[in-house]
Amino acid sequence: MVSPQDVSEQRQKKEIRDRWFLSAPALILILAASVGPLVIVLLYSFLAPGNYGDVKWEFSTEGWFNVLFSRDIFDDTVSLADAHFLIFWRSVKLAFATTIFCLIFGFPTAYFIATRAPHNRSLWLFLITIPFWTNMLIRTFAIQEVIRSEGIINTLLLKIGIISAPIQMMFTDFAIMLGMTYVFLPLMVLPLYASLEKLDFRLVEAGYDLYASRFGVLWRIVIPLVKPGIIAGSILVFVPALSSYVVPRVLGGGKNLMVGNLIELQFGQGRNWPLGAALSVTLVIIVLFAMLYYVRNASKSGGSAHG
Amino acid sequence: MAKSFSIKRQPGFATIAMFCFFLLYLPIATLVVYSFNSGMSIATWEGFSFRWFESAWNNQQVVEASWRSLKIAAVAAIIATACATLAAIATTRTGPYRGLTFKYSVINMPLLVPEIVTAVALLILFSRVKVWTGYSGLGYLIVAHSAFCVPFAYMPIRARLESMDLSLEKAAADLYASSFQTFRYVTLPLLWPGILAGLMLAFVISLDDVVITEFVKSGGQDTLPTYMLGQLRRVVTPEMNAISTVFLVLSLAIVTLFFFLSREPQKNNE
Repeated sequence: MVSPQDVSEQRQKKEIRDRWFLSAPALILILAASVGPLVIVLLYSFLAPGNYGDVKWEFSTEGWFNVLFSRDIFDDTVSLADAHFLIFWRSVKLAFATTIFCLIFGFPTAYFIATRAPHNRSLWLFLITIPFWTNMLIRTFAIQEVIRSEGIINTLLLKIGIISAPIQMMFTDFAIMLGMTYVFLPLMVLPLYASLEKLDFRLVEAGYDLYASRFGVLWRIVIPLVKPGIIAGSILVFVPALSSYVVPRVLGGGKNLMVGNLIELQFGQGRNWPLGAALSVTLVIIVLFAMLYYVRNASKSGGSAHG
Repeated sequence: MAKSFSIKRQPGFATIAMFCFFLLYLPIATLVVYSFNSGMSIATWEGFSFRWFESAWNNQQVVEASWRSLKIAAVAAIIATACATLAAIATTRTGPYRGLTFKYSVINMPLLVPEIVTAVALLILFSRVKVWTGYSGLGYLIVAHSAFCVPFAYMPIRARLESMDLSLEKAAADLYASSFQTFRYVTLPLLWPGILAGLMLAFVISLDDVVITEFVKSGGQDTLPTYMLGQLRRVVTPEMNAISTVFLVLSLAIVTLFFFLSREPQKNNE
């Protein structure tokens, strides 16, 4: 005899099966064309480079070796791959500086939006999100027009007579950082706003009642309370900035490479696919560590909120 | 009652915020203004004209790349949204079950992996597939775009579903509607604004993509963004501004529509 419990259990099983069935197209699509291929990258990083790009199907750690060391073409002497360290260091440095600048500009902006009257907030937010949804390439191009030697800033300064020759801003690390700050700023403002919007201003009032200064309230009440938003925004800016490709390609010229451009080179002119694959895996590992840091901190601050 | 001391004020914050908004829009505004420049320069104003819009319109490469972009974005957005809708139905309005976390992480994974790495991975994969199958059409770009658009389409649909309770579906089932009828006549009409929002998000995201397209495309498959990326290396005329302006207006129109669509459920609650 079938008990009611069995029936409900069976129904539950069928429901879960249906749910797998429904989510299958999305899962298959993403696994096949977005996440799955990463396994191939990992595999390729352990193969030998082919003569004209691509790979030879034999096991080799040369790709990984080349991430850290370079071998002289003529006498096979091994030295540290300075260029790679330099580029990784520049990428981390620029991504970090970008994050700091986004925070400096983004925090007051998010705070400003969060303290508007509720019915006005969505309009201000909309103003932040518009640039975010416009093409990143167009925004990079727009920045290029502003800072070029014949661009609007130099033309203006020359006309006023402050400078006698145009300032070279393009093709510098500064240009890349400026471009990335411009492009990624909305990614900082949105999570900060989400945190600030939930801020209980009675706590701020209590701070003032206890004779805290404006800065004291900001530093010891507001910022600790919105820390999860600050971390979320920082990760959201840091990760794409670190792996940025378009901005350094357009604003950095051929010289000021970042990791993304270094990876591309291995699949273009350099034609060392295993090295490119190994560099890609390195980048993913760095990003994963940033994510883990975020997840650990988010769960920590979530825990303290309950306590 | 006016308060002389506002607890919400922080000195200088409003100024920085205004400065920020100004800086966000200044480059875009400059770009748009100079697309109407009659001269060759993108920095010195010589008079108002539409000549660069005309020149872009008559540029065969630009027109072809634009059509290709729109075609890819439309097909990819529809595929991504269809997949995302089914996935959203499968992952909302239920207690936790085995595999739910797995589904969440897979669906959101494309957002976490650096774009350049996905691009390289697809380059490797598709170059193999091209050799095996001999096919080198737009299909690769469409598949790649559909995949990374899924998480974007998924977000608004899931949000919409979570604000709908199951009572109407249960009522339909009580009245002997089949599960397909329930879906077709109850769930789908309620979910429609979310699906449209997801569709538009996916469309814009696909339209904007540079990196993955740049790596996956075969020769002669430039989309508008990759065409522009190639042009930026050369001397730039206001034609680029004109193309950008049209592109901006299109994105803006879609985003504005999205903004109003995703506001609707809030109004209903009030």
